[in-house]
Amino acid sequence: MQLTLNDMSDFKVLGVFASIMLVTITATAQQTDDPAVEAGDMAPAMSDARVGLAPGLFDAGEAIWNLGHISTTQPPEQFVGVTNSDLAFMGDYAIQGNYNGVLIWDISDPAVPVLVKDYLCPASQSDVSVYENLLFVSGEGRGGRLDCGTEGVQEAVSADRLRGIRIFDISDIQNPNYIANVQTCRGSHTHSVLKNPDDNENVYIYVSGSAPVRPAEELPGCSGMMPDEDPNSALFRIEVIQVPLADPSLAAIVNSPRIFEGLVAPPRHGMAPDDVKAIEEARAAGAFVVEYSGRQAVLPDRYVAGLIESFLESQGKEGPATAADSVAFREALPSIFAEMMGGNAEENEEESDAPDPGPTQCHDITLYPEIGLAGGACEGYGLLLDITDPVNPFRLDAVADSNFAYWHSATFNNDGSKILFTDEWGGGGAPKCRASDPPEWGANALFMLNDGKMEFQSYYKLPAPQTPQENCVAHNGSLIPVPGRDLFVQSWYQGGISLMDWTDIANPIEIAYHDRGPVTDERMEMGGSWSVYWYNGLIVSSEIARGLDIFALTASEYLTENEIAAANTVELAYLNAQGQPTYRWPNTFVLAHARLDQVERAGALGADAISELRQGLTDAEAMEDDSRNAALMALVASIQDFGNARVLAAALAIAALAG
Amino acid sequence: MFALTQPLWAQDQDSLEALYWQRIAESRSHFVQAEVDFMTGMIAHHAQALVMSALAPNNGAGPAVSVLAARIINAQKDEIQLMQTWLRDRDQPVPEVHAGGHMPGHAHHHMMPGMLPEEQLDELRNAHGAEFDRLFLTYMITHHHGAVVMVRDLFDQDGVGRDEEAFRLASAIHVDQITEIARMETMLED
Repeated sequence: MQLTLNDMSDFKVLGVFASIMLVTITATAQQTDDPAVEAGDMAPAMSDARVGLAPGLFDAGEAIWNLGHISTTQPPEQFVGVTNSDLAFMGDYAIQGNYNGVLIWDISDPAVPVLVKDYLCPASQSDVSVYENLLFVSGEGRGGRLDCGTEGVQEAVSADRLRGIRIFDISDIQNPNYIANVQTCRGSHTHSVLKNPDDNENVYIYVSGSAPVRPAEELPGCSGMMPDEDPNSALFRIEVIQVPLADPSLAAIVNSPRIFEGLVAPPRHGMAPDDVKAIEEARAAGAFVVEYSGRQAVLPDRYVAGLIESFLESQGKEGPATAADSVAFREALPSIFAEMMGGNAEENEEESDAPDPGPTQCHDITLYPEIGLAGGACEGYGLLLDITDPVNPFRLDAVADSNFAYWHSATFNNDGSKILFTDEWGGGGAPKCRASDPPEWGANALFMLNDGKMEFQSYYKLPAPQTPQENCVAHNGSLIPVPGRDLFVQSWYQGGISLMDWTDIANPIEIAYHDRGPVTDERMEMGGSWSVYWYNGLIVSSEIARGLDIFALTASEYLTENEIAAANTVELAYLNAQGQPTYRWPNTFVLAHARLDQVERAGALGADAISELRQGLTDAEAMEDDSRNAALMALVASIQDFGNARVLAAALAIAALAG
Repeated sequence: MFALTQPLWAQDQDSLEALYWQRIAESRSHFVQAEVDFMTGMIAHHAQALVMSALAPNNGAGPAVSVLAARIINAQKDEIQLMQTWLRDRDQPVPEVHAGGHMPGHAHHHMMPGMLPEEQLDELRNAHGAEFDRLFLTYMITHHHGAVVMVRDLFDQDGVGRDEEAFRLASAIHVDQITEIARMETMLED
């Protein structure tokens, strides 16, 4: 290496910096420059019906698209003005956490939810989960009491404090019976219930806590020291609680796996396929490509000439450069560039004697027991965990992303080939969907899962700008079981709820939404949808300030009646969104019709062929057993080409109807 | 008996809304002095992070540090506003922060953990390119560690945390800064 930083003027180096920045991060840096960018920069979205909604607590303006709003039910008096949080479902009941306790709603008539129990037992965040006759509730805040008292806990160290998991027996749903606690060192911000398919004796609770560690005087053994100072540190681990179903009062922590161990500087997620393609095209066209902080960028032409000149000088040559010089330059470029960027390894290592700490906790873990995987959203990382042994989860992969402030939660698609993570930038109490906030920040990041590795594909952020009076960022959601498609309904706090279609993972789009104006236009007051989950044909949202919202899908150019009806054939006995169930569709005529609708949308068969198949299905449905089977098999046989996946899926759905 | 100017359900709704605002007001009456001191101090602490981050565009910061600095400005400005609102809601004196993080009359807040003395700020002001990146990350890690210590000290005190907004804010600062420290340490190693 002949060329050094001294060979070039500072001006040149700065110029390269600036250009690379433009190439690699485009508008991001510009948009966040102070002063803030005018809202007009998001011109296409300004016509969105969600812009300019009137403020109000119970009478805010609303905008809705491709959803039907079935009901809004305000909180009961003892709970109004206190944060509504997460949701779980069992049978006809929606169980809504609230910082003052738990609300149990009978939603068998979704137009008129009936409050069957308001259980006063304050603790934030009151994250809720269910399993059979058990209800689990998270306590993290310092005011949570073992006796459910409302007076809080004043002392920094107190025997009255509960931070961890409360366990209730809800065999009699109108009278929950508080049967046990498991105290944890950092409390429970969230938790996830794991039912292993091979273990019918126990369920397991993975506890995530993000608040500071409790003093050992309050809970013996708790240590907030670094692990090299105290191997029993409560940092850098999660807790696994085993709940014996025969006697849940014996629930206890059985392991504190350090799933972050050895997590040294994982690469940021790779570039999006489109970016990779652009780089490859530029490279093919003869452009010079450099790498900076693990990302590739095309070196702007105007710097190439200067660099080649300096390179030739360093070789004791004079221009113009020959083809051989150009080849030599291309080979030397990575090290030239590394040196320009101050990549002097020895110098940098002086600063990094301390072990890389990695994340100290997860915010939330989504378990998908049927595929043996979990997605851990853990501070600065998204983790993929193997959970086939519930007590001993271990890490398969980790990704980081400079656009992600705080990995918040994860959701797999139904067949386990994709995973999405959300970034709760600003913690949920800040307005991060303003027109000036970059679309990659506080968004979803979407990944393909390939052989236990996560491969980044794209971002998705609520496409409508929100006011500074509205806390807004990516939050909780669940899959909607439309067969053959990946649909995700999601809370964006006061950004409302947004339904994302991520079937085409490189190009996710919004296909439905609901939004309200801010709680007030005088200031930012916490509100909006904390969680929204699909449950047995309903889309149920826990609204922080307004109560319980219930919606249903409506047909649109993006979703047919048949697809909605097919989704509604999926029936769950219970749902914890962070213990993801596999959706399975019973063989129904409406499923076959939904598949045909998808063939039509994909343009995979001609209109006549589709029309004949539809008619054939309708006719077959009216027939008796044997003739029906024959008619169905004849329909399958009439399909000429199964080469298209949508056509194949439709044929299989029709064939499955033949007894 | 009743002069029904609006339907009954609307009356119920109005009284429920009144209760909502009453409860929000109540929730802002359980604070303690330690939380007031924390908010006041953290505003000054964050303001210095703004001063440091505002240097990035003109001091030749690399792409990664540029993004980080832009994010710190966005995040900490919002948090400063939240903390100012928190103080205002509780009739406490509200420190002002001017554009770029400068605070009138608060030139020497160096008693707080992680605050940079003026010499280090000057050193950063005079650094360029890769040297700026290295110094920025090094000093910002120290600065963030200070904020983490401030949150832990806060939570060691009696009476703290009944105020839900204070708990939420302090917890968010705690976890954000820990996350960012890890990211910056990774960047330093790159």
